[in-house]
Amino acid sequence: MRIQRLVSRSFVHFAVIAIAFLWTLPTVGVLVSSFRPENDVKNSGWWNALKHPFEESVWTFKNYADVISANGLGEAFVNTLVVTIPATILPITVAAFAAYAFAWMKFPGRDWLFAMVIGLMVVPLQVALIPILRLYTQTGIAGTFLGLWLAHTGFGLPLAIYLLYNYISQLPGDLIESAKIDGASDFTVFMRIVLPLSTPAIASFAIFQFLWIWNDLLVSLVFLGTNKVLTVKLSELTGSLGNKWHLLTAGAFVSMIVPLAVFFALQRYFVRGLLAGSVKG
Amino acid sequence: MASITFDHVDKVFGDVHVLKDLNIDIPDQEFLVLVGPSGCGKSTALRCLAGLEEITGGQIMIGDRVVNNVAPKDRDIAMVFQSYALYPHMTVFDNMAFGLKLRKVPKPEIKRRVEEAAEMMAIGHLLDRKPRQLSGGQRQRVALGRAIVRDPAVFLMDEPLSNLEAKLRVQTRAEISKLHQRLKTTFIYVTHDQTEAMTMGSRIAVMRDGLLQQLDSPQTLYDHPVNKFVAGFIGSPSMNFIKGTLTKGDGRLFFDGGSFAVPIPNSRRAHIESHIGKEVELGVRPEDVHDAALLPPGINGDAVVETTVDVTEPMGSEIYAYLQSGQHSIIGRFDPRTSARPGQPIRAVYDMEKMHIFDIATEKALV
Repeated sequence: MRIQRLVSRSFVHFAVIAIAFLWTLPTVGVLVSSFRPENDVKNSGWWNALKHPFEESVWTFKNYADVISANGLGEAFVNTLVVTIPATILPITVAAFAAYAFAWMKFPGRDWLFAMVIGLMVVPLQVALIPILRLYTQTGIAGTFLGLWLAHTGFGLPLAIYLLYNYISQLPGDLIESAKIDGASDFTVFMRIVLPLSTPAIASFAIFQFLWIWNDLLVSLVFLGTNKVLTVKLSELTGSLGNKWHLLTAGAFVSMIVPLAVFFALQRYFVRGLLAGSVKG
Repeated sequence: MASITFDHVDKVFGDVHVLKDLNIDIPDQEFLVLVGPSGCGKSTALRCLAGLEEITGGQIMIGDRVVNNVAPKDRDIAMVFQSYALYPHMTVFDNMAFGLKLRKVPKPEIKRRVEEAAEMMAIGHLLDRKPRQLSGGQRQRVALGRAIVRDPAVFLMDEPLSNLEAKLRVQTRAEISKLHQRLKTTFIYVTHDQTEAMTMGSRIAVMRDGLLQQLDSPQTLYDHPVNKFVAGFIGSPSMNFIKGTLTKGDGRLFFDGGSFAVPIPNSRRAHIESHIGKEVELGVRPEDVHDAALLPPGINGDAVVETTVDVTEPMGSEIYAYLQSGQHSIIGRFDPRTSARPGQPIRAVYDMEKMHIFDIATEKALV
């Protein structure tokens, strides 16, 4: 019995390690290449750098310096921040208010409205791109940051409302009723009771939305004109610097660094967010 | 301080009629207990009074103000919930101060009132803690303290003791009674536990299926239940109900249960003459069923029933004897010196001066 369990367990361990290894190998390759001098990248595989890891000539920061300053990736980095932060805060704010209203306020047509909002989750955003762009052109916000913020807010709202609703509707009703008897209006209940108690759900959705916008190419490409974000810039570099692997790998890592940091820093909220609504607590 | 009136109140949820024409007048400073089995509408009545549910018909008055369309916060009430409903992210102090802060009471005044209430509930040393750092009993005190601080006209309590362990429950029961005497405010208390109702209420409203069954003082409810439901609900163990017929012989009235027949005292025959020859139900409380060998003085011993003992439950001060007579099961609260042993026959005596007779069809009490 025991041996059997040991064998089956070590098989699982082996499989997991093998998969993790295969999965991260390309990323490691990109990371190593991004720190190698141009000639090395062109003449030998990235694993060659690992043969002499302590030789100074094997490593360089020049690729990063080049890609950030000469190729405008630094500016794109700032643009991405300018896009991502408001486009994360905006939908969460709106969604939190909406989720409270759907969960705890009584008004005619509430269930229909909620079903409609949730129904919007199945609409692929590609369908909406052209109509929205036409609307933006008419109103003159095409190509502005505002336009992009609003687009991201709109695309993110249904899921945001759904996730936050799941959480907020599970808060004990007694708390809300008790606050109302204590003298609180709906707004006060929301600000003083519901919002502080919903931080885990809000944080987890914030991470989702942040990563999704940071990595978004399509929406930014369509709605943002001259101010290019990282993803757009990178895809351009692939065209113009198609054979300059040392720069592309460095560029890729510049764009990855923030999502990685966010993920590792807030990992526990991330997992909790995935479970939101399915398991209580 | 305020009186409360439920005036022909109806409440309908979808197609469920939860409250049916509820009429209750609660004078100022009364401790009224709403009691009944789950689903009887007692909590709904309380929630309607608090303004957490809208009523479908009738009107509710607090003092001489109709509050049908008044928001909960403007009804001058405080409510203690079964779950306590403490705000988990606030300290005890902030929990208690929340209502006062929202009402823009000046800070020094808030501090004074919170500390006063905390002292009354003996939770002064817990003011900096969060609810999760408190035991169940302490949370319960904070919930009560939060209600006191507001100095409301009416206290509403929705089964506030049901999450406490038995001993603490008895203790807190007495404390809530004391609190009522001290604050001299109207209390309305909802419970499904008839012991709580009996021990705490100055009057008790027994409800069933949204209908008020009886509203009386605890002793009147116990001694003179208006119907079989109230008779069975109040008192523990429950009243014995025995089906049989009323018969007449030798100028006396008898209750014939098939396996036994017991005489009905002349003092109690007035309202049941019309039911002679008809099927009725006899109600005898367990403490009115005695061991014939240990009959207390002053009890007429002519209502004798031959029974067999099923089970005995010694309680220390008395013994619950589960008796069988024909197809009737009867519980008696016997003197602990009784010779009743499971499987053995024993002679039981009903104290017929305290019996009740119920109509079979309407379940109304005849006497």
